Amino acid sequence: MNHVTSETFDENAKAALADSQLRGALRNATSLFGQRRLAATKTVTDWEGLRTQARTIKDDVLLHLDQYLEKFVAHAESRGAQFHWARDAAEANSIICNLAKQRGARTIVKSKSMTTEETHLNVALEAANIQVVETDLGEYIIQLAEETPSHIIVPAIHKTKRQIAELFTEELGMAPTDDVDKLTRTAREQLRNRFAAADIGISGVNFGIAETGTIVILENEGNIRLTTSLPRVHIAVMGIEKILPRFADLDIFLKLLPRSGTGQRLTTYQSFITGTKTDKNAEGPEELHVVMLDNGRSRMLAHPVTRQSLACIRCGACLNACPVYQQIGGHAYGSVYPGPIGAVITPQLMGLEKTQQLPYASSLCGACREVCPVKIDIPRLLLHLRSEITEKSAPNVTSANPRTGERLAFKVWQATMTRPWLYELSGKLGRLFQGLVVKNGRIGVLKGPARLATPLTAWTSGRDLRPIEQQSFRELWSKELAHKKD
Amino acid sequence: MRVSLFVTCLVDQLWSSVGASSVEVLRRVGCEVEFDDRQTCCAQPAFNTGYRQEAREVAKRFISIYEDSKVDAIVSPSGSCTAMVHHYPELFAEDAEWLKRAQAIAERTHELSSFLVRVLKVEDVGASWTGRLTWHDACHGLRDLNLKSEPRSLIKNVRGAEFVELDNADSCCGFGGTFSVKYPEISLAILDQKIEAIERAEVKAVVSGDASCLMQIGGRLSRKGSQVKVMHIAELLASQEA
Repeated sequence: MNHVTSETFDENAKAALADSQLRGALRNATSLFGQRRLAATKTVTDWEGLRTQARTIKDDVLLHLDQYLEKFVAHAESRGAQFHWARDAAEANSIICNLAKQRGARTIVKSKSMTTEETHLNVALEAANIQVVETDLGEYIIQLAEETPSHIIVPAIHKTKRQIAELFTEELGMAPTDDVDKLTRTAREQLRNRFAAADIGISGVNFGIAETGTIVILENEGNIRLTTSLPRVHIAVMGIEKILPRFADLDIFLKLLPRSGTGQRLTTYQSFITGTKTDKNAEGPEELHVVMLDNGRSRMLAHPVTRQSLACIRCGACLNACPVYQQIGGHAYGSVYPGPIGAVITPQLMGLEKTQQLPYASSLCGACREVCPVKIDIPRLLLHLRSEITEKSAPNVTSANPRTGERLAFKVWQATMTRPWLYELSGKLGRLFQGLVVKNGRIGVLKGPARLATPLTAWTSGRDLRPIEQQSFRELWSKELAHKKD
Repeated sequence: MRVSLFVTCLVDQLWSSVGASSVEVLRRVGCEVEFDDRQTCCAQPAFNTGYRQEAREVAKRFISIYEDSKVDAIVSPSGSCTAMVHHYPELFAEDAEWLKRAQAIAERTHELSSFLVRVLKVEDVGASWTGRLTWHDACHGLRDLNLKSEPRSLIKNVRGAEFVELDNADSCCGFGGTFSVKYPEISLAILDQKIEAIERAEVKAVVSGDASCLMQIGGRLSRKGSQVKVMHIAELLASQEA
């Protein structure tokens, strides 16, 4: 199930659909998170107003990102933070590996960070012989299982309690149990020692406040607090879009993010980190390094349509609400960012060529847009990406491009739909030929040469099809309806 | 009020009774109904699959046809195709002249239940139908046109009909246009959740505002040998059993 790529989305999805444990886990978790989110949105008076305000702030940030970044960096540097700019994932990883090597680090504790998942930092650290331990419970489970997260905020959403218990028995040698408290306690004991021994703590960032240079990180387990305060060095990895202009803006975003993500009014912990400790005897790391990651973000920023993808605050609500994600889970997308927002971001980060199935992996139902706390119009972005895909494949229509048949079909469709006589004729021809496949007034499972009609075969694999009417509406109109006026 | 029926290609070719029912209902509430037989498709299949140039040509034709018409409104028994017409301005973002024309047409185009309730202020069309039924919110009607209370008000006024809410009435049926044939397995998995909810509702019929979703749901019900009927809201509103 793991390490599949976006290129084989269709195959990955089929495998996921055949996995009944996965589907059971997904059904429970996505519906639970969906219900909790909905209930939580009702605990504020003007949820819609908050969404609009949040989006306005994000739009302003994205339009003036250069200025806000300068402010953020200047304020954080004045408090002792050191900044590193990474154009892509490889640069980010090499910056972090170098920081670790220079400090002779052997063990690193890490808190949950989608940005470091995006750069595959753990692989790079392990290649540099540095031991890295994930300290978020979900991420810890995933690391033990040698898997990748399948959800933005619930990395092990695809796993059942029983699977986790078996994993702990196998990997940690604990006695078999399905007692969640015992499982959690075991993980906690394992992790506590790691915090104490770690040379460096690596975290992500939820928000960077421009006016103060503060890094804000939300969590429920306390592992981020430990990761960012116990080791001597803290490295925070942050996408360049994570800026908020003012501290007061958190009033809006701290209402939106926990409610959208986990259905909480507020997460258990909120860490506000402004520079390094000023007093030698104070608690906290001596060094704070902030790695600012671009990795395709400035390209997204440059485009007026796709820019809004960068407003995403990684709450995961669109995943839980998506009928496709609910069925297949995150791994099938072959990307660290799955679900609707993943289908938008992944092709922009990795290029369209190898990810071109993802924008089509949606029924365009719009549930994602409805739950998005920053009102990202995900269906519109998917449609935009679809048009980019067809336009980019256009010059190769004669080659073995997979869209050759589809393109031709839409050319024929255009010719038909712009000529009523041809449209009518097609209907009549359809009526004639469907006689071969219509039985008892419907088209059922196709047999023989009829199976060559691929879309029809795909439709009738699990559904019957209504046949073309013996009398179209326009015929009915001209014969009867037009004259029958009451 | 004079209205022009935009019947949609799907209804025209595959479900003509939905068109006839729309005419019946509109006339019953006092509208003068026209039908322009130059109409074909709204361009949604191409637009949603990413073929914007092809979609643009078909959309231009749609706009030109209805520009000729002096009717007060263009009315369609489809939330999805109506929503597509409302999306036309997106297709002509870089063409000021067509953009203006697209906006003008979009403003005049209404989905049937929305037209009845919001424009004509009619919630009771004098329909009767006996039995227990439920409503599936088709996504584009629900989320692009914000239709939620309108169809329910109309249905609740149908004499003899016992209306029950469907579990997760607002969740997708898995149709999604070309999605249903590009990823039939996923489409069916989503659909089966809808079918389970319909079975739990123990109804005689499931009603919706889009023939496409009803073909998806009805196709599966038929394959499973279910007795539950699918019915377009136009058919329900046209029904006068008593």
